[in-house]
Amino acid sequence: MTEPTGPSSPAVQLAIRGLSFYYGKYQALKNINMDVLKSQVTAFIGPSGCGKSTLLRALNRMYALYPEQRAEGELLLDGMNLLDADVDLNDLRARIGMVFQKPTPFPMSIYENIAFGVRLHEDLTRTQMDDRVEWVLRKAALWDEVKDKLNQSGMSLSGGQQQRLCIARGIAVRPEILLLDEPTSALDPISTARIEELIHDLKREFTIVIVTHNMQQAARVSDYTAYMYLGELIEFGDTDNLFIKPKNKQTEDYITGRFG
Amino acid sequence: MNLRTKRKLTNRAALGLSFAAMSFGLFWLCWILYTVLNLGVNGLSLELFTKMTPPPGSPGGLMNAIAGSLILVGTATLIGTPVGILAGVYLSEYGPRTLLGLVTRFINDILLSAPSIVLGLFIYAAYVTRVGKFSAFAGVLALALIVIPVVVRTTENMLLLIPNSLREAAFALGAPKWIVIMRVTIRSAKAGILTGVLLAVARISGETAPLLFTALSNQFWSVDLNEPMANLPVTIFKFAMSPFTDWQELAWAGVFLITMGVLALNIAARVFFKEPAKS
Repeated sequence: MTEPTGPSSPAVQLAIRGLSFYYGKYQALKNINMDVLKSQVTAFIGPSGCGKSTLLRALNRMYALYPEQRAEGELLLDGMNLLDADVDLNDLRARIGMVFQKPTPFPMSIYENIAFGVRLHEDLTRTQMDDRVEWVLRKAALWDEVKDKLNQSGMSLSGGQQQRLCIARGIAVRPEILLLDEPTSALDPISTARIEELIHDLKREFTIVIVTHNMQQAARVSDYTAYMYLGELIEFGDTDNLFIKPKNKQTEDYITGRFG
Repeated sequence: MNLRTKRKLTNRAALGLSFAAMSFGLFWLCWILYTVLNLGVNGLSLELFTKMTPPPGSPGGLMNAIAGSLILVGTATLIGTPVGILAGVYLSEYGPRTLLGLVTRFINDILLSAPSIVLGLFIYAAYVTRVGKFSAFAGVLALALIVIPVVVRTTENMLLLIPNSLREAAFALGAPKWIVIMRVTIRSAKAGILTGVLLAVARISGETAPLLFTALSNQFWSVDLNEPMANLPVTIFKFAMSPFTDWQELAWAGVFLITMGVLALNIAARVFFKEPAKS
């Protein structure tokens, strides 16, 4: 297998083309164009209400649960437009996983929390499932803490552990892309640091898109950053460049704390 | 008078009023319980559970009425619970704002507050007159009509309490809607739904009116759903109104049994509901 030509030009995983989004009549995203790059961490930043979470929820069509929400444009994954009406949403969500702001363990055991998603898409034997659960809990840096209590309720874990369980659950179905919607905003600093380390480890295997209101976090974990404001993509580029010398005055004002 | 003293006085007045209201309610409740205990305990004996309802003047118990009540309430719950849960799931998960959902919810609310004697008469007109005889099954239907709206309402309310983020988390793994509902949403609301069922059981176990024109009553042992069946509420109604002291004593014993049963169910419902609140 040939290596990519270099860290500066990774392959495009997901191409966003002319994406607009509506909550009923209100337009929340205006003609967004950008590329999410493979095995990289892309961060969406911007003030509250700028549309960063909306953009994230458009990528796995989470909005389709709510009849009054709709998206226009193209989301190209392997040449397929994810917004096409005939796309199977369950398959799409197996390829693009998501972790939410608040930890959402299911009311079942730690083991079952992970097996639940895997069973939807794969038919594994008991041993294969055991292996998968262990593999994914090790990936999520949770194995040592929970290996002796896999049959306990997922709700019995601490907030940070619950969030790592949710990340484990998300990667257990082996998606290509993992969407993280402010995954640490409900967590204490130590749990946050662990999740950030985890993001760093996971990006070798998964493409990660993270929404964060914490600019330091975006600077720490991401390779690329998109700054959004009022439903528009203001600036998108290499995280270091965007934070050190932003091209746009608005971006500069936001990241230097003059506004937002 | 400064603001702080004023607030303190208002606080005391409100506290006093609510304490008075509570005492008023509790006073009657305690009196009822005391009367039931006092008069019911006399009739308690082993015969109560092993002998049939007697003719006046001879010894007997309530065995057929106890068994009949258990059968009627049990069968009505078995019929009413699945219907109620399914309808509640529809209202909360599938059609909360659809026309069918709105109409169903409205009708269910009417059914919820319908006097039970109306439901009894309805089954009498719709079933008993057509089949041509009173039967336990008619009683079951009337009781099930009381169970359904209670279970629909509690199921819907309990499911609405489940945050959308939990449903989204399951959808985000690529789960189809029915799996999300079965394995995640209903499971999270399990304690609340079960509480609703228990409260419905408590409600129907003392209902007399819907059974008067349906299951009627029976002096003898019968577990045939196509025949009239003895049951505690109607037996109590009959025996308590009679001039015979031994019948009256049995009626009080029956009242005692129902009261204790309902009390136990309510306590069980509370225990169930408490459990998930910890997490």
